[in-house]
Amino acid sequence: MTNDPLLTVADLHAWYGESKALHGMNFTVRPGELVTLIGRNGAGKSTTLRSIMGIVKKRKGSIRFDGQETINRRTYQIARRGIAYCPEERAIFASLTVAENLTLPPVLKPGGISDDDLLRQFPNLQQRLRSGGAKLSGGEQQMLAIARILRTGARFLLLDEPSEGLAPVVVREIGEKILQLKEQGFTILLVEQNLQFARRVADRHVVVENGVVVDTLDAAEVEANLGRVKNYLGV
Amino acid sequence: MFDHITIQLLMGQLLIGLINGSFYAMLALGLAIIFGLMHVVNFAHGALYMLGAFVALILLNSFGVPYWGALMIAPIVVGAFGIVMERLILKPIQELDHLYSLLATFAAVLIIEGLMRLQFGASGLPYRSPLPGGVNLGFMFLPWYRAWVLVFSLIVCVAVWYLIEKTKLGAYLRAANERSEIVESFGINVPLMKSLTYGLGVALAALGGVLAAPIYQVSPSMGSNLMIVIFAVVVIGGMGSIIGAILTGYLIGIVEGLTKVFYPEGSHLAIFVIMILALILRPQGLFSAAEKSR
Amino acid sequence: MTRYVLFAALGIAALAAPFQVYPILLMTILCFVVFAASFNLLLGFAGLLCFGHAMFFGTAAYIAGWLLKNTAITIELAFLAATLAMAVLGYLVGLISARRGGIQFAMITFAIAQFIYFLLLRAPFTGGEDGMQGIPRSALFGVINVSSSFTLYYLILAITVLAIAAVYRIVHSPFGEVLRAIRDNEARVDSLGFNPVQFKILAITLSAGLAGLAGAMKATVFQIATLHDVSWHVSGTIIFMTLLGGLGTLAGPVVGAALVVVLHDYLAHFGEWALIIQGSVFLAVILFMRQGIVGAAKALYRRVVVRS
Repeated sequence: MTNDPLLTVADLHAWYGESKALHGMNFTVRPGELVTLIGRNGAGKSTTLRSIMGIVKKRKGSIRFDGQETINRRTYQIARRGIAYCPEERAIFASLTVAENLTLPPVLKPGGISDDDLLRQFPNLQQRLRSGGAKLSGGEQQMLAIARILRTGARFLLLDEPSEGLAPVVVREIGEKILQLKEQGFTILLVEQNLQFARRVADRHVVVENGVVVDTLDAAEVEANLGRVKNYLGV
Repeated sequence: MFDHITIQLLMGQLLIGLINGSFYAMLALGLAIIFGLMHVVNFAHGALYMLGAFVALILLNSFGVPYWGALMIAPIVVGAFGIVMERLILKPIQELDHLYSLLATFAAVLIIEGLMRLQFGASGLPYRSPLPGGVNLGFMFLPWYRAWVLVFSLIVCVAVWYLIEKTKLGAYLRAANERSEIVESFGINVPLMKSLTYGLGVALAALGGVLAAPIYQVSPSMGSNLMIVIFAVVVIGGMGSIIGAILTGYLIGIVEGLTKVFYPEGSHLAIFVIMILALILRPQGLFSAAEKSR
Repeated sequence: MTRYVLFAALGIAALAAPFQVYPILLMTILCFVVFAASFNLLLGFAGLLCFGHAMFFGTAAYIAGWLLKNTAITIELAFLAATLAMAVLGYLVGLISARRGGIQFAMITFAIAQFIYFLLLRAPFTGGEDGMQGIPRSALFGVINVSSSFTLYYLILAITVLAIAAVYRIVHSPFGEVLRAIRDNEARVDSLGFNPVQFKILAITLSAGLAGLAGAMKATVFQIATLHDVSWHVSGTIIFMTLLGGLGTLAGPVVGAALVVVLHDYLAHFGEWALIIQGSVFLAVILFMRQGIVGAAKALYRRVVVRS
C-alpha cells in the first residue's frame, strides 16, 4: 500500500446559493482506507461529499483525486475518474424497477463488480428485481443504493449515512457489507452520525464542525478519547 | 334540436377531431418530455412546429425534396436548431427559477415568428398533399392523407412511449426526471442528455409541423395558435406525464370535434371549460397522480 | 434629500410634458405604467407569474367602453366599475389557480386568459375582430370636460399617481410583508400559521383590479377596445416591460413601461422588425440583466457611493 493519499481535500469552501456551508476543509484519504466524517447535524459532512462529487457547484479550494485536480470538473466527469456516491436519502428511483435501478449506472472502467456477483453479494435484491423501486423497505433501499454504485468500476465510494433511520439489525448488516467492501479493496469515505456504527467500521475519523475539520483521530485514539469524541457529537 | 346532425357530419367532425388530437398529442408529448427532465415549459414548442412545416415547404419549393424526404429531414434540422437554442438560451439560466426559461422561450417565439413573417409574409402558404384522393367509406369520405396522418402519428406516439417506458435509454430519462444530479453522479453526461432530450422534443414538434403542412396552411402564426390549446392540454393532463399528454391530446381533439357538431359556437371554449373543470376537480392533473407525487 | 429633489423634478416634468409631447403617447405610457405596476405587484412581490395578465387589461377596456357608450355614466364611475369587475374576475382566477405555484400558475393563467379571449371574440357586444369603436370620453363627475387629450392627460396622470401610491402602500403594509415572505419561502409562511393561498388570492384580486383600471383608462385614451388588448402578445409585453424596468422595484414598471411604449412607437414603422427587436431585447434582459434597468442602476449607485 502506498502512502500517497487517494483523495486530498485542501482549503475547500462551498456555498448553497448565498449561504456558505464549508469554510476551508482539509483532510486526506489513503488508498484502501475507510474514513468517516463525523460531527453534528449541519456541520457540513454531507456538503463535503456533495462538493467532492461536484453536485454542490459553487466551491473553491482544491480536491485532488488520484493525482488530478477535480474542483473544476463536472459531476459526470468526476464520476468517470472513479468516484461513486451514495446519497443520504438513497435516491432509489420510484419509476424504475429494482433491476433497472441496479443496472442504471454504466460500467465506466474495469474493476467493477459484475451483475451476477452483485446479486450473490446482495441476495435480498434477487427476489425483488421486478418490483418497483419505491416498494422496497428502508434497509433494502439502502442495500440497493450501495449495490448499484459498485458496478461502475469506481474504487472510491462516498457513502452518506447508510445507517440512518434503519433498525439495529439492519444497521449491523449494512456495517458488515461495508467491511466486506473494504476487504474487497474499496476505499471508502463515510459520513456518519451514529458513533457506534462509525467506531465499528472505520480506520480513521475526521471530525467536522461548522464547515471545518477540527480533529482527526484513528480508531485507537477514538477508543482512548471517547468522552472528547462524544462531546464533538453532542451525545 | 339536433336534426341537422347526420352520420356524415358526425363522422367528419370526429375525424377532424382525431386529426387535431394527433397534433395535440405529439406536441404535448414533446412538451412533457422536455418538462420532465429540464423543468422548462417550452413556450417555443409551437414556433418549432411551425418551423418544421416551413422547412418542409422550403425543401419542396427550393430543393425539390418531396414530402417523404421532408418527413425525415425537417425534424433533424429543427431538432439541431433546438439543441443550439438549448445551449445558447436555456443552459445559461438552468439554475434559476424555471419562470425564466419559460420567458426565454417566449422571447424566442417573438424572434422566430418575426423572422419568418419578415421572410414569408403573414398569410398562409399551401403545401400540396403527397397523397391525393381518398376512399368512400359509405358513411363518409376519408382522404388518404388524413388516414396516413392518423396512423403515423399514433405510431410515433406509441414508439416514443415505448422508448421512454420500456428501454434502457428511457430508464436514464425517467431516473433523471426524478433526480438528475444522482444520475449524473453515476457518470452519465446529463448536460448532453438534456440537450438531446430538448432536441428530441423539438424534433417531435417539427415532425408534427411536417404532417400538418398539407392539411393546414403553412403560416408563421400556425404555431402560436396551436400552442394555446397545447397549454390547456398539458394543464389538464398534468405536467410531465407522458401517457397523460398523449391521451389528453387525443381526448381534447375528439371533444373539440364533437362540440363542433353539437354546439359549433362553443368549440374553442369547450377545451378551456374542461380545463377549468379539471383544475377544480383534479387540481393535480388528470394523469399526474399515477406518475409521481413529488 | 436627493430623493425629494428627484420627485419634484419628476412631478414638474410630468405636469409640463403635454406641452412638449403628444399627449396620447404620454397617456399610453401612463396606462402601461399602471398595468406594469399591477403585474409587478404579483411577480415582483408575490413571486407569481401571471402569464395572461392582458385578460384583465383588455376585458376592462371593453367593460369601461360599453358603459361609456351605452349609459350616461361618468368617466370616473366607468373606471371604478371596470376596476371592481376585474377584481372580481381576479378573485375567481385566484380561486382556480392560486393553489398551484410557480410554473403551473403561469400556464393556468395563460390558458384562462385564452378562454377569456375566445369568450370575448364570441360575445356580441365586443365588435369581434373590428373591436369596440367610438368610446366617448364622458365628463368627469358629470361636469368637468375631459374630451380633449390635453385635459384627459391630467386626469390619467392623477389616477396613475394615486395607483402607484396605492401599490406603494400595499407593498409596505404587513400584507406586503407576508407576500414577500411567501415569494421567498412559502412553506415557512404556511408553518407560521398564515394560509398562503388566501394571501395569493388577495394579491391576484388587487393586481387584477389595478390592471383593470389601466385597461379602462386605455379605452378612453384610444377610444377603442380591441381583442389585441386581451391577447397573449400584450400579456408578454407587460412581462417584458416589468422585467426590463426591474422586478420588485417600485420605479421599475415606470421606467420599463415608458421605454417599451416609446420603443413601440419608434419601431412602428419597421413592421416585423419591431417584434424581432422586442424579442431580442427581452432575451438579452433574461440572459444578462435580470435585475432590470432600475436594479442595475441601484447596484451601480451603491457601488459608486461605497467606493467614493
